[in-house]
Amino acid sequence: MLDRFPVLRVGLLGAALVCAVEALAQSGSTPTWPDPVPNRPPVAEKDKKPAPKRTIAGMWGSRLGNQAKGVQLRPNDGSPENQLPYTPYGLQIYRSHKALEGADAVPPAQNNDPRVSCEPLGMPRYNHYDLGVKIFQDEHSVAILYHYDNRWRTIWTDGRPLPKLLDGGVEIDGQFREQRWFGYSVGKWIDDYTLEVQTVGTMPEDRVWLDNTGRPISDQARITETFRRLDYDTMEWSETIDDPKIYTRPWQTMKIPMTLQDGRTDVLSRYCSPSEIETYNKLYGDSASGK
Amino acid sequence: MRNRLVVLSVAVGLLASVPLVAHHTGSTVLSDKTVTLKGVVSTWLWSNPHCLLTVDVKGVDGPVVQWVLELQAPNSIFSDGYRKNSFKAGDEVTVTLNPVANGRPYGRIAQVVLADGTTFGSQPGSGRGRGGAAQ
Repeated sequence: MLDRFPVLRVGLLGAALVCAVEALAQSGSTPTWPDPVPNRPPVAEKDKKPAPKRTIAGMWGSRLGNQAKGVQLRPNDGSPENQLPYTPYGLQIYRSHKALEGADAVPPAQNNDPRVSCEPLGMPRYNHYDLGVKIFQDEHSVAILYHYDNRWRTIWTDGRPLPKLLDGGVEIDGQFREQRWFGYSVGKWIDDYTLEVQTVGTMPEDRVWLDNTGRPISDQARITETFRRLDYDTMEWSETIDDPKIYTRPWQTMKIPMTLQDGRTDVLSRYCSPSEIETYNKLYGDSASGK
Repeated sequence: MRNRLVVLSVAVGLLASVPLVAHHTGSTVLSDKTVTLKGVVSTWLWSNPHCLLTVDVKGVDGPVVQWVLELQAPNSIFSDGYRKNSFKAGDEVTVTLNPVANGRPYGRIAQVVLADGTTFGSQPGSGRGRGGAAQ
């Protein structure tokens, strides 16, 4: 009978499946909004699976916290090996920054970190603060959603050229375009597991810092990132900056192992809210920091 | 009951070398001590950039001192069991914390234990949640 009516058979099977799913949901055994979980630890060697080709999509976490003492590879700890190759102008800008962290940290009342007033961190500082992201990818682009302050950026992978860097902006198709907090990013796959991304056109040194310790970066920076898929669960996120206005030579800021997280995770809000900061300072920060 | 609450102990020791970082206050503000207090919750604020727990602590023979204590942001402490409704006014709590260096009753919470034994947070001195994301 059913064989003579395939549509009816499919319909009955579908109805049965829906009933089963509803029953499972009502039993409470399958959470519909799984709790956010702590960063998943690195995967054991024996459990590693091959990396998929040409994709970095997924929820990624690091276990580094917010790189409070400065960028991962060159913490601002006063040691000779972590001194940066400042130009005279770069050093002047660094000394004008009054940071809450690092070798030259100041008391809170004297700080001028734009983060404290909820200014956008800009590129590349979003990479240097509380790094956790969700990455989407299609045939045109890669979109990175930063958990901190719910910010997002686009990396174009469709072959378009990197804009020409100008004074105060960039040139695209012969036209001047403005500086942006995340600049203008293009990426290309240099092999099946490595996406290389170039970024220019970021904000000037009076709007953004490089890291929590007040190191500067200017609008003349060229930022190179590589996203290297090591295996299914692991990706290495590296970054080098070339900013001749501030530094005499390019240098590498980070090489962070990122671990793939549960993609069902519903990330909690982590907004920078001026009114909430004001409340925090009124109730805690000002008195805790005072003499 | 509240009158019988006393400062449980003041245990002073060096912390592990994990950096303690505040948002506005900065790492230069906290002392390197660990203190355990017993008191009663006055307010619980679930907020960015840091959550705040206010606890009234009765001294042995002194007045009640109100401690204002900070934690990391909600997304960082969620994995330590904290929720927006974790505490209500009147709850008895035992709090382990790192006080600020200026001697005022402020500090950074490492762990909170309710009267029924419910425990929030990591071990004293770790200064960060299990999520590993100091803010």
